[in-house]
Amino acid sequence: MIINHPLLGPCDAQEFTYKGDARLIARPDGMSENAEAAFHDYLYLRDNPAGVHRELWFHEQGDRSWLVVTRNTVTHEITKVELARDVARNMGRSA
Amino acid sequence: MRYSGFRILKEALTGHKGWQPAWRDPDPQPHYDIVIVGGGGHGLATAYYLAKEFRQHRIAVIEKGWIGGGNVGRNTTIIRSNYMLDGNEPFYEFSLKLWEGLEQDFNYNAMVSQRGILNLIHSDAQRDAFIRRGNAMILNGADAELLSREDVRREYPFLDFDNARFPIKGGLAQRRGGTVRHDAVAWGYARGADSRGVDIIQNCEVTGFRIENGTCLGVETSRGFIGAGKVGVAVAGNSSRVMAMAGMRLPIESHVLQAFVSEGLKPVLPGVITFGAGHFYCSQSDKGGLVFGGDIDGYNSYAQRGNLPVIEDVAEGGMALFPGLGRVRLLRLWGGIMDMSMDGSPIIDRTHIDGLYFNGGWCYGGFKATPASGWCFAHLLATDQPHKTATAYRFDRFERGRMIDEKGMGAQPNLH
Repeated sequence: MIINHPLLGPCDAQEFTYKGDARLIARPDGMSENAEAAFHDYLYLRDNPAGVHRELWFHEQGDRSWLVVTRNTVTHEITKVELARDVARNMGRSA
Repeated sequence: MRYSGFRILKEALTGHKGWQPAWRDPDPQPHYDIVIVGGGGHGLATAYYLAKEFRQHRIAVIEKGWIGGGNVGRNTTIIRSNYMLDGNEPFYEFSLKLWEGLEQDFNYNAMVSQRGILNLIHSDAQRDAFIRRGNAMILNGADAELLSREDVRREYPFLDFDNARFPIKGGLAQRRGGTVRHDAVAWGYARGADSRGVDIIQNCEVTGFRIENGTCLGVETSRGFIGAGKVGVAVAGNSSRVMAMAGMRLPIESHVLQAFVSEGLKPVLPGVITFGAGHFYCSQSDKGGLVFGGDIDGYNSYAQRGNLPVIEDVAEGGMALFPGLGRVRLLRLWGGIMDMSMDGSPIIDRTHIDGLYFNGGWCYGGFKATPASGWCFAHLLATDQPHKTATAYRFDRFERGRMIDEKGMGAQPNLH
């Protein structure tokens, strides 16, 4: 698979380490009332869809950026690549 | 119809006109006591043991394709019980004991071959770890034998003992491990279940569960509603998709694992060998092909095919261990979809919905577990109590902090 890095252009997926569902960006609040249950779901439960999946890829052998890749788990086709930083900011998670 | 040497002789003399189909092709009935979703090895074994050992009646197995067309036909056929942790080892040893009597039990030639499995040791620290694992196996009634470098050399003289980076220092052998003809396992269980009255319904896809007031009343299928007293789901690889129809999210990701077969060779590998420094394992089929595999690709996939980097990695592992492999041509390769659970161990448990039971999360170790998985799931379905070797395989082990993480990898499926 070739991942079209927003800054570096097309890169072999081998340069990346797969880090799972992009929902992991939305880390629960550890101080909230139901933190224990929320962290159980966050750590262990997954949607695991057959079809379009947004997922985190870490460019470990490259510029060490984190990407959100939209990929079809049935065909391996990649339709969208974003910087995870931008996605997190749009979710209001970082300055 | 029982199979025997006499039967083959009789059929040979009468033009082979007396053979019957090994199982029926019934239409679904409106209601069963127990419906098993998934006609793979585990589902068929469950139905077989439900009928035979737990004296249950009115059982159906529902399969969206044809039986044995999923992972039971896509694995590398290895059986073993060389686990270490308390939650695992008694279960896998129970499975290996069932393999040993399986062919007589279901009167079908599954070509169970206890040719032995050898895990190679490449460092002193690894020897210590393997001694510990071997002792855990022996404590649970399995067999384990520590081999020196010279012992290994006697049995496998062609390995690269003096590899500069990963010299072979010995091995941990389990002589009772080996290989089984995988398709015959599905067929043998199907025939055994069918002859005890189980309806095996193929080309019938489950499209939903009928759940009212927290109780599962049956399954909606492509051939209409089928009512059930209890529903057992055994669809590893697609567990998340099926259980999502019951509104559940699972501690599972689906990943693709590739496997490989070489061209046919004369007998070269007497048993199963595994590389201890990389991920590579290999055996030789009775047709002569070297059957081998390695790591999962490492990303979510339902594609039943993988990508080239893992093929290269597996080939490199093979060459580091077994340089003679370099002249062998690859005949076929394929991918299977694995339920990779968060701790690398399976789940056999009730769900929070009454009458709905789950069996899955087998990672890439489901084939060897087939008999015990079927037995333990049948035990749970019939008695509502877990079998004594499967008490640890619970849904709630993650929130209770009782993970069964054989390799100590943490909650990341692609590392198991």
